[in-house]
Amino acid sequence: MTEGTDAVELRGIGKSFPGVIANHDVDLTIRQGTVHALIGENGAGKSTLMKILYGVQRPDEGTIRLNGEEVVLKSPTDAIQHGVGMVFQHFMLADNLTVLENLVLGAEKLYGIGDQARTEIARISDRFGFGLKPDVLVEKLGVADRQRVEIAKVLYRGARIIILDEPTAVLVPQEVEALFANLRELRDAGNSILFISHKLDEVLAIADDITVMRRGATVGTADPKTATKRQLAELMVGSELPSPETSESTVTDVEELKLTEVTVTDEFGRDLLSDISLTIRRGEVLGIAGVEGNGQSELVEMIMGMRIPSAGHITLGTEDVTHWHTRQLREAGIAYIPEDRQRHGLLLDAPLWENRMLGHQTQAPNAKGPWINRSGARKDTQRIMTEYDVRAPGIDTPSRALSGGNQQKLIVGREMSGDPVLLIASHPTRGVDIGAQAAIWDHMRRARRAGLAVLLISADLDELIGLSDTIQVLLRGRFVGTFDPSTVTPQDLGAAMTGGEAA
Amino acid sequence: MSTTTKPSSPSLVSRVKRAARANWLFISLGAIAIVSLVRIVTDTNDLTSVGTIRAAIIATCPILMAALGGLWAERAGVVNIGLEGQMILGTWGAAYFTYHGGNPWIGVLGAALLGMIGGLLHAVATVTFGVDHIVSGVAINLIGLGATTYLAAATFPDLNGGGPRQLIGLDSPGQINKVPGISDAAQNVADKHWFFISDIASFIAALTTKISLLSLVIFALVALSAWILWKTPFGLRLRSCGENPQAAETLGVNVYLYKYVAVLISGALAGIGGGFLALVSSSGFNVGQTGGRGYIGLAAMIFGNWRPGGLLLGALTFGYTDALRLRDAHAVHALLLLVALGLLALAVLRLVRRQFAGAITMGLLGAAILTWFLSTESVPRDFTSMTPYVTTLFVLALGTQRLRMPAADGIPYRKGSAG
Amino acid sequence: MKALNLRSIGLALLAPAIAIVVSVLVTTLVIAAVGSSPGDFWSAMFSNPLPRLRVNIVNQTATYYIAAVAAAIGFRMGLFNIGLEGQYTLASYAAAAFGGGAYLSGFANVLVSILIAIAVGAAWAGVAAVLKTTRGVSEVISTIMLNSIAVFLVGYLLNRYGVHIGNSVRTTTLAPSSNVPGFTPYLARDGEIWGLSLLAVVVGVGFWVLLNKTRFGFDLRASGMSPTAALASGINPNRMIITAMMLSGGVAGLIWLPALFGGAGAYGTSFQSGLGFIGISVALLGRNRPLGMLFGALLFAFLDTQSNTLTFSTNVPPSIVQITEGIAVLAVVVAFEVVRRWRARLEQRSVGQKPVAATEASA
Repeated sequence: MTEGTDAVELRGIGKSFPGVIANHDVDLTIRQGTVHALIGENGAGKSTLMKILYGVQRPDEGTIRLNGEEVVLKSPTDAIQHGVGMVFQHFMLADNLTVLENLVLGAEKLYGIGDQARTEIARISDRFGFGLKPDVLVEKLGVADRQRVEIAKVLYRGARIIILDEPTAVLVPQEVEALFANLRELRDAGNSILFISHKLDEVLAIADDITVMRRGATVGTADPKTATKRQLAELMVGSELPSPETSESTVTDVEELKLTEVTVTDEFGRDLLSDISLTIRRGEVLGIAGVEGNGQSELVEMIMGMRIPSAGHITLGTEDVTHWHTRQLREAGIAYIPEDRQRHGLLLDAPLWENRMLGHQTQAPNAKGPWINRSGARKDTQRIMTEYDVRAPGIDTPSRALSGGNQQKLIVGREMSGDPVLLIASHPTRGVDIGAQAAIWDHMRRARRAGLAVLLISADLDELIGLSDTIQVLLRGRFVGTFDPSTVTPQDLGAAMTGGEAA
Repeated sequence: MSTTTKPSSPSLVSRVKRAARANWLFISLGAIAIVSLVRIVTDTNDLTSVGTIRAAIIATCPILMAALGGLWAERAGVVNIGLEGQMILGTWGAAYFTYHGGNPWIGVLGAALLGMIGGLLHAVATVTFGVDHIVSGVAINLIGLGATTYLAAATFPDLNGGGPRQLIGLDSPGQINKVPGISDAAQNVADKHWFFISDIASFIAALTTKISLLSLVIFALVALSAWILWKTPFGLRLRSCGENPQAAETLGVNVYLYKYVAVLISGALAGIGGGFLALVSSSGFNVGQTGGRGYIGLAAMIFGNWRPGGLLLGALTFGYTDALRLRDAHAVHALLLLVALGLLALAVLRLVRRQFAGAITMGLLGAAILTWFLSTESVPRDFTSMTPYVTTLFVLALGTQRLRMPAADGIPYRKGSAG
Repeated sequence: MKALNLRSIGLALLAPAIAIVVSVLVTTLVIAAVGSSPGDFWSAMFSNPLPRLRVNIVNQTATYYIAAVAAAIGFRMGLFNIGLEGQYTLASYAAAAFGGGAYLSGFANVLVSILIAIAVGAAWAGVAAVLKTTRGVSEVISTIMLNSIAVFLVGYLLNRYGVHIGNSVRTTTLAPSSNVPGFTPYLARDGEIWGLSLLAVVVGVGFWVLLNKTRFGFDLRASGMSPTAALASGINPNRMIITAMMLSGGVAGLIWLPALFGGAGAYGTSFQSGLGFIGISVALLGRNRPLGMLFGALLFAFLDTQSNTLTFSTNVPPSIVQITEGIAVLAVVVAFEVVRRWRARLEQRSVGQKPVAATEASA
């Protein structure tokens, strides 16, 4: 490689899947030894572009040059050979293998799978301060450690061009700082880094160059020294930004959900949630902040009746519902937007009208006694599609065929049907496009005004601050702080989420 | 932090592994001690006579091959309940190729080949087309039985010793008659009927006297498989396909290829197990002679927690009970005491661990079986035949929480799904 | 809309068509490979069956169909009840033993025997269900084990309590008043269609109504499509597993009853084993759909019955049809998977006619 040649040069990349154009007219240049940020909304085509650069998918058109040389990347193996490495957002680690096994997998020819490999891992670990223990099973590691294993995996293969897909999505602000320190060291050691994100603060903090994507194409570049968040955001969205802020308080005095010193334990008797107490009144949105895996899922599953608490009481309205089953709770008017819509909210192979019944299959208009009310369900599905702007060819289309945003709108429409009294919303706008996000926020605000009590769990701190009336922070299964959204900053929340300082 | 990663320091994992290995040894020796005790208490020397152990080894080998076949496939993430069908194909392959090849070792290769064809069908269906592994396995079992029945009827009736459903009088692979200095000495010690020592001597005698070379090959294959799967880059890649194929794909591992290789080897091993039945267990081929041993092999693998040492122990347990029921009825009756003692021992163990529900269940069960032992003189043959199946159910019911199957086992995988 | 319906019907028939072609092809090749004449074989197979065989085909179709429905009840919720074999073996023995005991007479005896068969089949399946819900044991392994246990258990009971005649042993033969009269379409010597074959109709219609018209059926299908989504929707998975498994086992209990009350009269050498696995195959072949399984059952019954004539007219062993059947099952599941993928692409295309940016959430 010669001085002055760019590390990566993408020209006119295009890629379409049946029915969708994921990338078109993509141009991207990464200079040697820089951190280059690629920003864009969810669905802007960033992931596809990265997969193309890492050889997971092949472009339909366009050229890829690495260090000045035009290459065709048919598989990750090709990419690795050209010095490209990738850290996926969803870690690509085998839990039941050791750190060493995960690192050497696929690269056994470099240093074998024994002591020589161990030495090399120690070298990388020491050089960048990763603190890796080669013989620990990956399942024992926390998120930040797993990410370091992923980065080490890339370095172990001698990659000089490192792609990081939304690396901060799973980290709290303090861990982000540590990651950035690592990235700066990597850059100073001469590596080129492609950093994908949609968090503008972080991009401005770490990037040397910025490229913006929108609707599958690159729409511009920016200089982080001069660009403002506002400019970048408008470049990303192409218009004014929607805001999750709610207006005046609608909180009433009527308690809808009350948890009293609830504890949930796993099968080994360890506490997953300890002494949780909370109250949500009609018209109130209670936000829960926390790093993933600190008890949010368990909290939701417990309220939904999928886990039975080992101590404490749950009251819905005036009834003690501690030992109720999910179905009873749903019939009592709890609506549920699950965290993972494809796994928990939909029957992907079933038509939309059957998906409309899911979770409400015992209630009108879907059922009459023990029988299914097919025509009632079909008619109501049509209504939801109109009212909630679900774009699909018809009510007989399988839900698999819908985009993430339309799937989520269907779920929101379904859950808002039948006058619920309480909504449990887990990451309601995760992975949906910006239009759907705004629509979902609107629906939540409207329902709140009508007196709905809402438990909102989100990793998007802006969303939490914008929509909630109160925010509670969950850490290792305990509430460690209560915050007023009108005064709190994401940094304060981040500190509480990691146990830095409880308020 | 980084000081903890000295490359030369003895690793925690290897220490744990060593402990685990010692644990298997400990369990085995403990089991032998209990058997020995029961032998002396009930005065049933046939429990560990050289003859019984030899029969047990012969009964173990086919189960062991099926279990090992299961291990290869499942470590690569493919559930193979088609083992039974592949084994059946192996019985025919062994007979056909031994007869026409004139050498039982060619027959063994033929058995492996036929088993591999069954494996290939399974791989095409599950890996290339993403069919549910259980569904494909059920279909393979049907095809295996159907094809063998048909092939036998189409190819064997005109042969010497042949008929539409059998081919008898086949040569066996050679055997070691005696290892000078060891066989006789061990036999002598075994005949003394001392506690524990004689039982161990019986094992040594059985392993060194009139043992089929194919049995030795099979035991060697277990060790070889363990080495390949856990000590070589090839094995690491194969196992990664069973743990997280998407991750393996992003690191340049050709997941389809490894799954194919694993399932083909799986089929070949099951086929050899079938070959053993036709060539060593009995001196000929019969339609349906596997009698569900493919399934028992699968159970032995689960019993052994998807580990080579464990599945060896599982196969030996099943082989032992299988052998015992064919020997004298008195021995089977003694087995009741063995089971009762085992259950009571487990009950005590649970009591110590304060798992009271389990302790009570097992205690009551142990007491019931003890009562059965004390109040009867013999056990109906049908009940002994059930032993491996009932044991498996018990092991699964009591130990499922501690079993750890490969994380992506049985989950259809499609290329390009990474990231 | 009509064109779309026609196309979707076409797509639905495509997979079975591929499967039939493949299995015919493989069968032909296998026959040719050992030097027999495929032409003779196919002409013998597709000759017009004799009246006696036609009656046989109807009876076997009914039997296979009941077995297939039993398997399908489990399959539709993703439960692999491989244990039909053990369930119906034990249930058939129990019904025969009770019926032969003649504690009741005539119709009441038949009715109670049927109920006993259902109960025993359901209970035996229930063992696997309880092991799964309380101990997390995979039903695939436990039912395989329970199959073998059932066979030995029946062997023991038969030896202990059965009627020994020479080398064979059977239960006490039913009183003539407990034989369910059948229907004789041809001459008396051509045999009769078993009266209890009607059970197949009842089971088939019941299965269709249950699946498509009831909340329970929806819960069953939802559990099969996505256990996680089913749980979140309020379906109690343990209760579904136990109910579905026992329902499957209960229906399995009926499998051999048409034969028992239609002439066999006792559980003994006349007992037809292997019907459980045939049921699984037919269910797979018919994609667990009520109508599909009917065709599957008819096809299997036809092949099995017609193959008996092979010994007279050709030198092809009758067991060849087992290969045909096995290949057909494997081919149909493969073909459906291929068609499904193709269809998913078509649907995605029809949704995204206007190209829009892809969402990343699906990654």
